[in-house]
Amino acid sequence: MSGTLAEKVWQRHVVHQGENGEPDLLYIDLHLVHEVTSPQAFEGLRLAGRPVRRPDLTIATEDHNTPTLNIDLPIAEPTSRRQIETLRANCAEFGIRLHSLGDADQGIVHAVGPQLGLTQPGLTVVCGDSHTSTHGAFGALAFGIGTSEVEHVLATQTLPLKPFRTMAITINGDLPLGSSAKDIILAIIARIGTGGGQGYVLEYRGEAIEKLSMEGRMTICNMSIEAGARAGMIAPDETTFAYLKGRPHAPQGADWDAAVEYWRTLRTDDDAVFDAEVVLEAADIEPFVTWGTNPGQGLPLSAAVPDPVDIPDETQRQAAERALEYMGLTPGTPLRDIRVDTVFIGSCTNGRIEDLRAVAEVVKGRRKHDDVRVIVVPASARIRLQAEAEGLDRVFLDFGAEWRNAGCSMCLGMNPDQLAPGERAASTSNRNFEGRQGKGGRTHLVSPTTAAATAIRGTLSSPADLVNA
Amino acid sequence: MEKFTSHTGVGVPLRRSNVDTDQIIPAVYLKRITRTGFEDALFSAWRSDPGFVLNNPAYAAGSVLVAGPDFGTGSSREHAVWALKDYGFRVVLSPRFADIFRGNSGKQGLVTGVITTEDAEALWKVLETEPGTEVTVDLVSRTVTCGHLHLTFEIDDYTRWRLLEGLDDIALSLTRAAEISAFEEERETWRPRTLPARHLPKAEVVSARPV
Repeated sequence: MSGTLAEKVWQRHVVHQGENGEPDLLYIDLHLVHEVTSPQAFEGLRLAGRPVRRPDLTIATEDHNTPTLNIDLPIAEPTSRRQIETLRANCAEFGIRLHSLGDADQGIVHAVGPQLGLTQPGLTVVCGDSHTSTHGAFGALAFGIGTSEVEHVLATQTLPLKPFRTMAITINGDLPLGSSAKDIILAIIARIGTGGGQGYVLEYRGEAIEKLSMEGRMTICNMSIEAGARAGMIAPDETTFAYLKGRPHAPQGADWDAAVEYWRTLRTDDDAVFDAEVVLEAADIEPFVTWGTNPGQGLPLSAAVPDPVDIPDETQRQAAERALEYMGLTPGTPLRDIRVDTVFIGSCTNGRIEDLRAVAEVVKGRRKHDDVRVIVVPASARIRLQAEAEGLDRVFLDFGAEWRNAGCSMCLGMNPDQLAPGERAASTSNRNFEGRQGKGGRTHLVSPTTAAATAIRGTLSSPADLVNA
Repeated sequence: MEKFTSHTGVGVPLRRSNVDTDQIIPAVYLKRITRTGFEDALFSAWRSDPGFVLNNPAYAAGSVLVAGPDFGTGSSREHAVWALKDYGFRVVLSPRFADIFRGNSGKQGLVTGVITTEDAEALWKVLETEPGTEVTVDLVSRTVTCGHLHLTFEIDDYTRWRLLEGLDDIALSLTRAAEISAFEEERETWRPRTLPARHLPKAEVVSARPV
């Protein structure tokens, strides 16, 4: 029977087929756990006297709350410290592998899975975090879940779920020089809207996607949730296999051959039908930035702040008016004229080694703008170590940036890394919601190279602006 | 989970679209390790604005929230549902809900009813004209009654059944323990396991210091 990539992975995991509108019971191959969405789930297990069914399919790390400075000292903020201590106690009690702050394998949960080789094609992957969609870059069906579902997976290693619909997003042709994976996904979200993917699994395909590295593919799948889709997927190929080979938990020897043989079947059949299709031309994708307070409110950097009166849909017009008021922006202002106070480079969207290399290439031998604070936070401790081995830390420090320890950091401001009220940031993270990076903070989502050029010029900029300067 | 059949309470008009989870409950409140006590966190940034709807005493005891489209977008935090419930909300009506939020609500007994944009507008008008008007939401008949309005809402059959019966999902799934074990027997042996742990080479992580 022909099917899409998502349908093939789904079918392989059905423990019990639902009838009469009942959901299917789906087996979960890999459960990633962190400190924020798990304490109440473990408490639920304790109250019900239930064990964790498969500790050997579960792994935990500390990321959302962790400080990025002085990590060898006790965590200063008492509620953060208590939440992390709770995770440590829960993992010890239930026999779950944990990578704690200070461990070389600690970091954002969505960086840890891939770098250990745990994230593999054809798996079902869940985590109490909406950016679990990241792991779809490997051809896994990966999605975020709530705390009740975290408890459910801990207790049963399954989830009752209704099948998703499928949407193909095809990016034809070659991406222009200076545009990146982040610009692709921001352009997609601007096109289909923050609700456009609701109920769907997105499958990204086409020449521009196939040419991306695993890091770029993870950036795209990561932000599927910002289009409302719980999951995004990319069919595994030679790029995927090359990334995985030799990683600690990748299959070895004859197992590797068996796995690759199966992984090669994980692609949408030519005659399979998607429930919806969207096509974009890569050639049209310029460096993209957001101007508003949801990730769909984005435009090419060459544009100006939109005037809400030009927006025909009333709901969207009102949303734009509110957004401009919150962001402190005037319609008609060229986006390139917007000054920023802070540049944040990091997060599960753009905190990987390739992102850091891209930033280093732009800033090497330069100094940051005097009025801008620049914070570079690798997604994981391993990425930090690798960057240091490549000398990138020196490049960032010479540039005037701060070089921090790994974690979610300013992406959501659960640790001390936050924006002050009214402070404006260019951020390589994934959400520009009101107050996301700190109460009253204003966020413009950008790619790593746009963040780098912005740190040099002090206004939203791409590297092309540096050549012209 | 408590059974839900019908509820009557003060309707709160939240005339906004894209009410994301960071607005429902900012991340700073997610550090708690309990499942209750989040009522102060609900819409915390907006509640510092005296003009915000919940600061009007007529709506303060609200239990039926009527919001614009794309309610609950963003993060997977179930804390958003806990905060709504702890404040006293039993029902949210909106033209469109984010998937994860809707799923979390169903697990916690918060009814998410999908209404048309026109019906949302009609409800807003009644609730704004007569603050404190009560709304009745009947899950059995999937209807909303408010003043002169008699509307219907959508909710999927399975979630509705679970809410009506007050069923615990985990207990339901565990009735299939034999099927789960049989499935595990058939899984490919090369699929990854986190234990025993395999690592990259050991390395020392140096602490960054403030500049």
